[in-house]
This record gives sequence, structure tokens and C-alpha cells, in this order.
Amino acid sequence: MKVPPFQVKAFGPEAVLLEWPAAVREDILTEILGFRDYLIGDCLEGTTWELVAIYNSLMLYKGKPIDMEPFERQLREWFDSYPGPATLSFQEWELPVCYEGEFAPDLGEVAARLGTTAEEVVRRHCGTSYRVYGIGFLPGFLYLGGVPENLEVPRKETPRLKVAKGSVGLASQQTGIYPQESPGGWNVIGKCPIPLFDPVRKPPCFISLGDKVRFQAVSEAEFNLHRIEAEVGVYDFKKKYGHAKG
Amino acid sequence: MLKVKEPGFYTTVQDSGRKGYRHLGVPVAGACDRIAAGRVNSLLENDPGAALLEMTMQGPVLVFTEPTYIALSGADMEVTLNGDALAMEQVHRVAAGSELRCSRTLHGFRTYLGIKGGFRTEEVLGSRSYYPPVTKQRKLIPLMELPYEPTTDFEPKLLKLSPSEFWKEEKLEAYPGPEYDLLNQKQREMLYATRFTLGKEHDRMACQLQEHLPGHLIRMITSATLPGTVQLTPAGRLIILLRDGQTTGGYPRVLQLSDRAVSVLAQKHTADHVRFVSTPF
Repeated sequence: MKVPPFQVKAFGPEAVLLEWPAAVREDILTEILGFRDYLIGDCLEGTTWELVAIYNSLMLYKGKPIDMEPFERQLREWFDSYPGPATLSFQEWELPVCYEGEFAPDLGEVAARLGTTAEEVVRRHCGTSYRVYGIGFLPGFLYLGGVPENLEVPRKETPRLKVAKGSVGLASQQTGIYPQESPGGWNVIGKCPIPLFDPVRKPPCFISLGDKVRFQAVSEAEFNLHRIEAEVGVYDFKKKYGHAKG
Repeated sequence: MLKVKEPGFYTTVQDSGRKGYRHLGVPVAGACDRIAAGRVNSLLENDPGAALLEMTMQGPVLVFTEPTYIALSGADMEVTLNGDALAMEQVHRVAAGSELRCSRTLHGFRTYLGIKGGFRTEEVLGSRSYYPPVTKQRKLIPLMELPYEPTTDFEPKLLKLSPSEFWKEEKLEAYPGPEYDLLNQKQREMLYATRFTLGKEHDRMACQLQEHLPGHLIRMITSATLPGTVQLTPAGRLIILLRDGQTTGGYPRVLQLSDRAVSVLAQKHTADHVRFVSTPF
């Protein structure tokens, strides 16, 4: 029998937490997502289960008491028969961001801290693709991994009480888009006109866990055009197809 | 229709919550005190997930345009229907045109008003529970109208429930959370020995406790959270997530409350006391 790479912990009486080694790694995420899909598709019975995968963990919430010992044994058996994540496929999304004027109140300060120009910060931010390691905190908030070292700046000392919906934030090894207006301590360096979460759209969040995101710098005029296109539902998402092993 | 004359302090439509969207970051929401909400729907012989009103601290003034039956449970409130006092935990018949007036809560924090058949407000992602921006509505506002099916011929099997006083309890059943083992002996002892006081930061998302534990330097990778998850910040603050709580978080999850304990907590005011009681699995 395979030795599972995860620890099983009870998370209250109605949920179980599986924890892989504490690291932010694409291979771990891929294995978790594959196992999650296998559990949903081939193992778990009943309709109340909800599974939340993020970074190195997978929570299985039953909504009813779980008999822990037999369930843990069962999980190990399921992992033994899990064929691996080979068939998973991910997409890469290109999201427009305007890094100009009032959309980017902290861009100058970020550039100064990094000892470079605003243009260079934008070039670095757009120059890489970011893996979606989790969706949570707020509806449609993406936990993005892969911020280059030459973009690492600390959080703002004083958080803002209001950060506008769509704001693109940067703080230490994290970058992300505020899916709704909220308080926040990240440096705001741009704004994305495409809503990441829309409850009437199916699915409400078009980006999936494991996908990749790349930012594309756009002008204010393009920003306004894309915002209207997204509102009326004709925005053409530029996506490239990727693969788990790709 | 139920017409809102005065909305009260913070009145929302809630049901049993939004299931199946946690993985997209959508909190489950639903009635904070599920026990009281369940009593109301049982009395009215509604589906357990029927939508009702959750009224916080100060109740609303409402007018029923169609005949129906209602019931109240949860925090004690003085409620009158066309001037006559209404008892809690009991089915009441309501004639078309009746006016319902609610006072402040006398004991407890949240009172539930159920209606025969439940409110038929808009469903978003499988639930009627208010949670902006998933729903357009945050809370009841003046002149709002909530639809319901008129009923004139309901014969309740149970007219009345004996009053429930579980919300007076100070003890909250708490299981060790996923990071409990990372706490030191002193932190563990304080968690179970301290009589905690609810802080001012207290809403449907989370409530903070006034007493601090010794701070810590535990670093963890962000992971899933649940209603009833007790988080410990690096500065030693305890934050308990409630029904609208975030779905993931980066603070150590030191305890996990039972669902019943979340309902008990939902009835506490700022400055009320609670204790965590160790519960074995």
C-alpha cells in the first residue's frame, strides 16, 4: 500500500483536513487537485460533501458527524487506488490591468522601494504567469503564487479602510485582485476591469484552482472598453490551454 | 407581501445557508442561531431550510398584506401584533393588514421571525440568505417588500414549544483545532481556564474576544476555515468565525466549536462571557 504523503487531522466533528508537507509547490497542488477530483468522482457518497483545496491542504466537510477512525482508514485506501493527476488540465488566463493614474496609487512608492521605475515594476508584474493556489477569503479571491523576488515589497504600514473592487495588490510574495470593495493592506499598483466573481454567471468564478493568470498592461481607454465588454458579457477572455505536467 | 415600515437595527433574510460554493470563497451564511431558526420552522411545519427573518438587537416594524401564520424564537423580544403582545415559541395567526412591532432584544442578541411557507425572496446560488455582494441586499431597508404565499387554513400540530434557554449558557463545546498541538502549555491552559468577554468587533462574520493569550510566532500556510473556527492572531487575539466567516485563513486554528456552540455564541452581546469546554472526539 502506498504511504500517503498527507497527514489526516480531524477539523471539528464534521470535517477532516488532509495536510501535505508545508510547502508552496506546483507538484503538491496538482496531486491534491487530482485526489480531490478522484474523491468527488469515485469515492465520496452523499451530496453534502464540500471540498476546499488550497496550497498544501484539502478539507473535506461533510456537514454531518464523521466517524473519524474508519474514515481515515478509508482515505488511505482511496489514496492507494488513486491513479494520480495525469488527466488534469489547466488554463492560462490573460487579465487586463491598467497600471495608470488613480488606479495605481502605490505604484510610485513600490518602484521607489525596489529602486526602479514604475515602468519596470509593471514589466516585472506582467512578465510572469502566476499559479492559482487557492480561491477563498472572499468570493472569487485568488491566492496567486510565483511573484518574482525582484517584486517583493512589504505590506503597507497602515491598511486602507477601502480598497476598490478590481484593485491589483502586491505584498511580499503575494499578488492578487480584490474581488469586492474591502479594507486591505496590500500596495495597490493597478486595476482589473473584469469582475472575477459574478453570482449570476455559471460558474460564478471562471478561473479554477490550478489555472494560471498572466497580467496584460492596458491603457485607461482599453480598461474602460473591457469593463463595458465584461458588463454586457461580450468580453473575449484570452486563454491558452495548459496541462498538469506542462 | 411583507412590507417593511422600519427595518430595525440589522434585519436580514436567512435560510439554512448557501451550500456547495465554499471552494469559490463563498461563505455558507444562513441563520446565525440555527437552533432558534429550526424551532421557528418546526412550529410552522416548514421545510427546515425555509427563509425567515433574523432580527438583531432591535426588531423591525412590518405590515402583512396577506393572511398567514408566524412564530418567533431566539432572543426575547417584546413583539405586538396590532397592539396585542405575542408570545415567543408559539404559532400566531395573522390577518391581512396586520402590523407587527418589535422592541429591542431583552435577553440574547438575535430573534427569528418565521412565516408559514417561508419568505419567497430571490434565490442566489441556491440560497436566500443575504450576503453582499453575492446578494444585492445587505439588510432590510424601509419600503422593501418580501413575498410569501398567503395561508388561511393551517392547523398546527404543536401550538407552542416550551421556552428554550440554551442561549444563556456560557459554555461553548470546543474541539482541538488543526493547529492546537502547536500551542504551548500556558496557551492551552488559558484557552480552557479563561472566562472570556466578547469584544465590540462582533458581527455575522466573526467575533473577537477581549482577553488575549500570549502571542506566538507560528507560521502556517493559508488553509480552510469553517463557521466556529477559533483563530489565534500573532498578537494573541482570539477571533471566532461565524456563519458569514471567510472560507480560508492564515491564522492558526486553535479550536473548532460545535455547530450548537456557534448557535449559542450567536446569542451573545458585547461584554457577555463565554468559556471553551474541551470536547473529546
